[in-house]
Amino acid sequence: MTSTNHAPNPATAAADAPVLSVTDLHVRIPTSEGDVHAVRGISYHLRRGEALGIVGESGSGKSVSALAVLGLLPRTARVSGSIQVAGYEVVGRKDAELTRIRGARVAMVFQDPLTSLNPVHPIGTQITEAIHAHRDVSRAAARERAVELLRTVGIPQPEQRIDAYPHELSGGMRQRVVLAIAMANDPDVIIADEPTTALDVTVQAQVLDALQAARRATGAALVLITHDLGIAAGHVDRVAVMYAGRIVETGSVDEVFSSPQMPYTLGLLGSQPRMDAAPHSRLVPIPGAPPSPDHQLSGCAFAPRCPLAKPVCRTSTPQLTAVSDTHAAACHFADQLAGIRPEELFASNTAPSANPLPEAVERTRSRGEPVLVAEGLVKHFPVRSKGLIRRRSGEIHAVCDVSLTLHAHQTLALVGESGCGKSTTARMLLNLIPPTRGRVSYRGQTLTGLSSSRMRPLRRSMQIVFQDPFASLDPRMTVFDAVAEPLRVHGQFRNGGAERVRELFRLVGLDPAHGNRYPHEFSGGQRQRVGIARALALEPEVLVLDEPVSALDVSVQAGVINLLEELQERLGLSYLFVSHDLAVVRHLADQVAVMYLGRIVETAPVERLFTAAAHPYTQALISAVPIPDPRRERARQRIVLRGDVPSPMHPPSGCRFRTRCPVFARLTEAEQARCATEVPTLADHGNDHAVACHYAVPRSPLGDAFPPHRTP
Amino acid sequence: MSDLHPPASTPAPSASAASPDPVDRSAEHGQLRMVATRFLRHRMAMASLTVLVLTVLFAFLGPLLWPWDHTVHREILPNQPPSWAHPFGTTNAGHDVLGQLMRGTQQTLKVALTVSVLATAFGALWGAVAGYYRGWIDAVMMRIVDVLMVVPLLVAVAAISGNVRGGTTWWAVALIIALFSWTTIARVVRGVVLSLREQEFVEAARAAGASDARIVLHHLLPNAAGPTIVAATLLIATSILLEASMSFLGFGIQAPDISLGLMIDNARTAAFTRPWLFYPPGLFIVMICLTINFIGDGLRDALDPRQTITRR
Ligand SMILES: Nc1ncnc2c1ncn2[C@@H]1O[C@H](COP(=O)(O)OP(=O)(O)OP(=O)(O)O)[C@@H](O)[C@H]1O
Ligand code: SF4
Ligand code: SF4
Ligand SMILES: [Mg+2]
Repeated sequence: MTSTNHAPNPATAAADAPVLSVTDLHVRIPTSEGDVHAVRGISYHLRRGEALGIVGESGSGKSVSALAVLGLLPRTARVSGSIQVAGYEVVGRKDAELTRIRGARVAMVFQDPLTSLNPVHPIGTQITEAIHAHRDVSRAAARERAVELLRTVGIPQPEQRIDAYPHELSGGMRQRVVLAIAMANDPDVIIADEPTTALDVTVQAQVLDALQAARRATGAALVLITHDLGIAAGHVDRVAVMYAGRIVETGSVDEVFSSPQMPYTLGLLGSQPRMDAAPHSRLVPIPGAPPSPDHQLSGCAFAPRCPLAKPVCRTSTPQLTAVSDTHAAACHFADQLAGIRPEELFASNTAPSANPLPEAVERTRSRGEPVLVAEGLVKHFPVRSKGLIRRRSGEIHAVCDVSLTLHAHQTLALVGESGCGKSTTARMLLNLIPPTRGRVSYRGQTLTGLSSSRMRPLRRSMQIVFQDPFASLDPRMTVFDAVAEPLRVHGQFRNGGAERVRELFRLVGLDPAHGNRYPHEFSGGQRQRVGIARALALEPEVLVLDEPVSALDVSVQAGVINLLEELQERLGLSYLFVSHDLAVVRHLADQVAVMYLGRIVETAPVERLFTAAAHPYTQALISAVPIPDPRRERARQRIVLRGDVPSPMHPPSGCRFRTRCPVFARLTEAEQARCATEVPTLADHGNDHAVACHYAVPRSPLGDAFPPHRTP
Repeated sequence: MSDLHPPASTPAPSASAASPDPVDRSAEHGQLRMVATRFLRHRMAMASLTVLVLTVLFAFLGPLLWPWDHTVHREILPNQPPSWAHPFGTTNAGHDVLGQLMRGTQQTLKVALTVSVLATAFGALWGAVAGYYRGWIDAVMMRIVDVLMVVPLLVAVAAISGNVRGGTTWWAVALIIALFSWTTIARVVRGVVLSLREQEFVEAARAAGASDARIVLHHLLPNAAGPTIVAATLLIATSILLEASMSFLGFGIQAPDISLGLMIDNARTAAFTRPWLFYPPGLFIVMICLTINFIGDGLRDALDPRQTITRR
């Protein structure tokens, strides 16, 4: 930052004094159900330029502790302890007094970039407003600085973009604007609360780059809150693991990731799907669920889920104890964890059949005959103008010429970023929406165009599990009725249906006695299990899984992923697995199809995709997924894509990826002309590997230097 | 809408049935009991239900016990303020007001409840079908609703009842009011269904092979219950008032029969001079509307499984 004209912060004078000091912070939030003790005594200290990652599952108190630093909690919240920002005590201050430090000393970046920008002002005004709030500079100077800030966070053509309104920008751009506003006053601390959770993985990589640029430019300390261990591994120096309102382990990323000293951290690492995992290795779920925050807790909060728990854990609360100079853990039995692997620690809790497969025994699932075949699927959605006469004003080309074959007993993963048309394709495969063109057939029988009554008997063989376990269950039906519905619809309930439902509950790991509860009485993971039980009721052959785990916490997600694998082995199911998460795909899939803007750009067996991806988009996608391993993360070469996905209303001619393609940028003009005019078709590269790119070159996007990850 | 699957949850009660489906039975049973429990805990709803039951007893049993009915009797001294013999006084023509009140409440309740049941059932189904299918079906169905809504009700009533021979009975009045008031319910339900149909649980039902009829009856209508009940309780109040204005124009219930609306109408000029003619029917109308409203509230909460069981 060159043009900073404000006095140096007094705190920076004392080089080593922490800019953010949190000591024994407690936050209690009164609710109708009693006090929620959201933060139960956390302490951390941060010096200028340092980056601290706070990781933990939803509800662990990450966001509340961050909001407390800015005094942004609800008025009724009771905060005790001490928070000092550059020596200035925040706890107990009035709102008006805190405006002095908000933005100037501490800046915040929230998860949702849409709600943190004002829709009625151009972004430039919002940045200059932030500058003027704390500094007395001329309008021209403020504008100049705004342009400079936008350039720092990587917005192309900032001179023009500065007059754009938030709705004219994509999610990733908006988040970068929020970051520019956060940087506007050279804060001492930037707090980023899940800044990329709402974004796609290639856009996430851009925003994380911008975040690093912002740190370098301002020299601010960074608190990065995330549930993704991979992001923490690559972007912070120190990490604090939160569980039920406490920090249970903290230390340098290397130490915490390589030798965790607390069972929960170990469990988190074991349950996180990773892209560099050995093929088909099982994940290690943590049993149970986090305690609800209104629970009175005594002793170690993790005790109900901890395989090491002894009576002493339930009576005395373990304090953070130093393991080394830079590493501390809160566990009575931390010394027993040296060199132990997650699957060893949590072994007693994995079902017998879920034991980690010996890695030498590659799962040799025989590839059966084709079951579900799609040929040339096309889907256009009309876009209608608003107003009285709703004219057809255009078309969204959601899916364009997609052909797929799902083989028996196999998992075909359909991967792509949001809006690329994967859910639409999945719904067309099930004949839930009619294709504009193309044909779907199930074991030789054409589904396209069948009436719903002709379709009904076929529905028995094909079922779907949805992404959102909240929306996909009828809130007014008991879960028993929800699971029984397919049986009733097909007239199979009368003979032994109730017993079948109970059996299904047991199959997915639920207690049949809970049948007469309503969906809202279950946790997300349990609800997703209900959804799976419902899908299995009719003993289908094909299961379409539309992002079945993306709404779940990692420790719970691992359990559902394992369940799906186990069911496939036991029942011989075929899965069409729709996902944006390549790490999960690596664990589940046999064959992967990568979609970009409505087209399949590459399809390959899972091993081949991760070692020899040939399409530039696939390579970028894989390289953008963070790996929860600090050393690998630092060593990786990233391909960061430029720009955003173009609108599906006006897809680019020729190759739809050319506007962002890093290979395209290096081509000669004649070669570029080919990309711009000729649509690349899926060309066979042998071994079930096909690529739709004129200039495809296979390479290992993970870097060849690394053998598959083995759990530490 | 080919087949309507009955909620085949309870197995045929044959004595030989080996397994009596304990979970399933208790599930159904448990749901009903939960609804009942939630309703019983709703204080205002329970109080209102008690008052309404008393009102119904008053209207239907009262006439059997009370010596005077709603017609003119020579023995009655006209125009008397309340006394022991006539607790609500008498009219100019020689009616006993209490007798009139019983009969009037009875007719009004019959009209209002019939209207609300008919109009709600029909309107909810109409709105749900329109909202579920959308497209041209929705367009046609909702245009019909629009047309019915813009026809001035009283003109239509006049046109129709003018053709009904031999006086207007309470059920004819109820039918006519229902014919023109289901549209509000249809609109409300359509709006709710339009957003419900986009929810994944509807798609999940379709993926399971559920017929359109099953989706509408088992998923959409139950989830639209809250707003539907609110609209239905409002409808009861409006139908009482509509019936009164019809009587006033000479199309509703006619003398010698009587309704609460008609009583108020007859007493319009007497509100200050002979308040006993005006206030009893007025208070009864207010009371009926209020109790129905609270019962509706209680029902709405009781049917919502997300409500926790707490006293309110
Ligand atoms: N009913 C619809 N009407 C209009 N456009 C639609 C409709 N459904 C989907 N689209 C559009 O079609 C495109 C593909 O949507 P789709 O839901 O298949 O994406 P997706 O890959 O599943 O994304 P996500 O990961 O966010 O779920 C998007 O641009 C979307 O906005
Ligand atoms: S203190 Fe006890 S219960 Fe808590 S993590 Fe350590 S061993 Fe497990
Ligand atoms: S065809 Fe051209 S633009 Fe498309 S991915 Fe290949 S190199 Fe890039
Ligand atoms: Mg989707």
